[in-house]
Amino acid sequence: MSILVYIRNVGGQLKKQSLELTAYAKAMADTLNLEVTGLVIGTIADDELKKLGNYGMSRLLKADDEKYNQRVNRVYTRIVEQAVNEVDAKYILFPDNAQGKAIAPRLSVRLKAGFIPQVLDLPSSYEPFTVKKRAFTGKAIATVTAHTERVILTPMLNSFGLRENARDLEIQSFEPHIEEPNSRLELVGKQLSEEGLQLADADIVVSGGRGMRSSENFALLEELAATLGAATACSRPVADDGWRPADEHVGQTGKIIAPNIYFAIGISGAIQHVAGVSGAKCIVGINSDPEAPIFEVADYGMVGDAFQIIPELNALFKKHIHENK
Amino acid sequence: MKVLVCMSYIPDTTTKIRFREDNTQLDDTTIQWVINPWDELALTRAVELKEDAGTPVDEVEIVMVGGVRCEPILRKGLAIGADKATRIDVEPLDAFQTATQLAAYLQGKDCGFIVCGIESGDYNEAAVGGMLAELLDYASVSSVSSVQFDGVTPIYQRDVANGKEQVKVDGPAVLIVQKGFARVPKIPNMRGIMTARSKPLDVIPAIEVDPLVEFVMYTAPPSKGGVKMLNTPEELVRSLSDEAKLI
Amino acid sequence: MNFQLTEEQIMIQQAARDYAQRELIQDVIERDEKAIYPTEHIRNLAELGFLGMLVDPRYDGGGMDTVSYVLAMEELSKVDSSVGVIISVNNSLVCFGLEKYGTEEQKEKFLKPLARGEVTGAFLLSEPGAGSDATSQQTKAIDMGDHYLVNGVKNWITNGHTASVYLLIAQTDPAKGHHGINALIVDRHADGITVGPHENKMGMRSSDTHSVQFTDVKVPKENRIGEDGFGFKFAMKTLEGGRIGIASQALGIASGAYELACKYAMERKTFGKPIIRHQAIAFKLADMATEIEAARFLCMKAAWLKDQGQPYGIASAMAKQYAADMAMRVTTEAVQIHGGYGYVKEYHVERLMRDAKLTQIYEGTSEIQKIVVSRAIESGDV
Repeated sequence: MSILVYIRNVGGQLKKQSLELTAYAKAMADTLNLEVTGLVIGTIADDELKKLGNYGMSRLLKADDEKYNQRVNRVYTRIVEQAVNEVDAKYILFPDNAQGKAIAPRLSVRLKAGFIPQVLDLPSSYEPFTVKKRAFTGKAIATVTAHTERVILTPMLNSFGLRENARDLEIQSFEPHIEEPNSRLELVGKQLSEEGLQLADADIVVSGGRGMRSSENFALLEELAATLGAATACSRPVADDGWRPADEHVGQTGKIIAPNIYFAIGISGAIQHVAGVSGAKCIVGINSDPEAPIFEVADYGMVGDAFQIIPELNALFKKHIHENK
Repeated sequence: MKVLVCMSYIPDTTTKIRFREDNTQLDDTTIQWVINPWDELALTRAVELKEDAGTPVDEVEIVMVGGVRCEPILRKGLAIGADKATRIDVEPLDAFQTATQLAAYLQGKDCGFIVCGIESGDYNEAAVGGMLAELLDYASVSSVSSVQFDGVTPIYQRDVANGKEQVKVDGPAVLIVQKGFARVPKIPNMRGIMTARSKPLDVIPAIEVDPLVEFVMYTAPPSKGGVKMLNTPEELVRSLSDEAKLI
Repeated sequence: MNFQLTEEQIMIQQAARDYAQRELIQDVIERDEKAIYPTEHIRNLAELGFLGMLVDPRYDGGGMDTVSYVLAMEELSKVDSSVGVIISVNNSLVCFGLEKYGTEEQKEKFLKPLARGEVTGAFLLSEPGAGSDATSQQTKAIDMGDHYLVNGVKNWITNGHTASVYLLIAQTDPAKGHHGINALIVDRHADGITVGPHENKMGMRSSDTHSVQFTDVKVPKENRIGEDGFGFKFAMKTLEGGRIGIASQALGIASGAYELACKYAMERKTFGKPIIRHQAIAFKLADMATEIEAARFLCMKAAWLKDQGQPYGIASAMAKQYAADMAMRVTTEAVQIHGGYGYVKEYHVERLMRDAKLTQIYEGTSEIQKIVVSRAIESGDV
């Protein structure tokens, strides 16, 4: 028996998320006296994969045939299923992002395994398997049990943190038997985006609201984000007005994110917006209105003119990062 | 071409969430139910495709798993522009039950594609779309931001980690959509509201299926420690680095 | 008794709320400040069917009941009562008058485009020398055989510039007093019509209000509504329904201000607690909530009577007078609760307070409504 961690392969690179997921799996494994096994699909160098050993993974299956570089959810599901059987995995962990959401539910059906997404903490019990998850878009926490033989989890990013736990990692080639051709889904076009960092992956998010007054003024936030290696985001009215692309909208009806730091700049902090960031470790509210509800949920707050504060902050962070290199 | 939209209903986003029976049940006495926002965007786009004479889409059907209380939600969907609504008569206990009920009804239905909102605002599982695709043995295309047509063949655009991809599927697909699929939900017009009652709303019995997981209890999220107000950008940088140790 | 709204009524309420909270809110402050007519919004609301929502679908209307109309007017006016009055005039004066008293030909020609909201209409009753006293019309419509020749001035005309269709009240035979008055459908672009400058109003600044001068304007006989001399009764009957529109508009202005005041009172802290926990503020909010609810019931009762085909003139007079006066009180308190913030435009309540004032004045002042009610008391109808 083992715990299987699905390792996301982003163009030959690992994401920090996968390290955190491995650390989470290792904590479960220590309690249950199991090994942590990983599965990665597509081309990726062993040097990159070795990092996983630092967080407690002892064995990694690598299905690196080039034909799998193109993600097809249906095929990926079958590859994971075969890996589950190969290593007799009782618990299967996916990242709580678009890829995890695309494959884990499919696998749940194939394995008749209980599927628990948006997990907030380590399991509180294994008999029966019990864990806390996010519900009602952050307005409640649900305790969920699964009585199935296998269980699939997607722990939320930053819910657990990175914990080093070095191991010798054995990387093995894995050749799944996929009978049918890959071609039910055919790629007919692709555009690479300029901005590299995805909102869901970002440790730091710089987000602006109506208080930014115009689409042009978001340049200030982009500069701050560039300094911090952060992603940019926005509130709903900003996306609805087309000041920013719709996929940057964070909130109850947009993206739900849980970065380490969320800068809410010129965002009043309506309940629907806060629902999208309630998982953030630290919320920084910057608003000209001292009564803005964002200060009810923020960890740090500053009242003032964003157009003055942001450039100053940017300069200070630049200096700070330079000094601490 | 027919488009099927799977919908769920959730407490209105401004509703306070309370629980009863020792925090084991959602207290639904004062809840106003609304269409799950992502499903509303999915329906909006489906109706726009139907109204656009340049696409082969000519029919939109909405499907929901739920008790009689969700019928007003379905009629709102009809008012927005769906042609037909189907309610599968059971209050599901988990995503697997929902997906299984939908699959039993949708199996073999002639359609171009099936659309599901990425997740529902109640249990935030983001599971039904993927489960449904697996149960039907259809391709699933997630993070879909738009649908174009090459003749009668739909081309789906999806957001991937480093950009956008356009894909074509051999046979029907389950699309999992989020914000961006439509900009804002369509507001039903008077004609739509008036004709909603005359459109078919079929109720079909549920099949027997056990849930895979059980929601045993709810708790309130931990309350925040309170905001620390800072006066200068220097203080903020210092707090984030020295106190919170996040930078 | 049943206070339960139907599903359709709830859907219309939500549709109006969604449009107001999502779209009207965006530029309402700017439109108020610069007195800009909401062209784009009126087009969108026409597409949603609000401009002719009460008209029978046979004439391209929405076929909705008056209760739905009250709900829609309240929601739109919570954010933007200028949009409210444009819709109210079109629905409850112009479309209602044409649908109820017009001929089939008139409905086909004039009502249909109005109901679809492709064009808007205006109701021309007030004159420089005759506001609420509708009997003393100075504008003349002389019978010339196959047409009327119109001369005179009308003022305080909502939609005066933007409307395509005028419903004009004018005196044909002064000797017959109010039995000599006629209602005529006039093409706003007919020769001899001069629209005066935009009135620079205190409130409802985004609706266009103008005086209109008629100089030898020819109006075909077939454009007369009803028999010769029906004009005064037409105006009075039409205004009965119009009062429901304005009462609901006042209700919306009040409930919009109240909602903002509540939100503010829960967020704003003084002496270490939200100001809603100070009794001085809490009791203000309690009074506001109760008065708004009372006005809502008066509006609903009048609307319900109208939908039942029962007389509603007195109920609508009560609703209009109470809702308008209540709106003035409630918006003033909403500004007070906001303190200094209430006095600046950004917080919306000062606009609602300015807007509220007009509801006490137009389509029959509060005093005129009291005349209607007190006469009914005297005659035993109340």
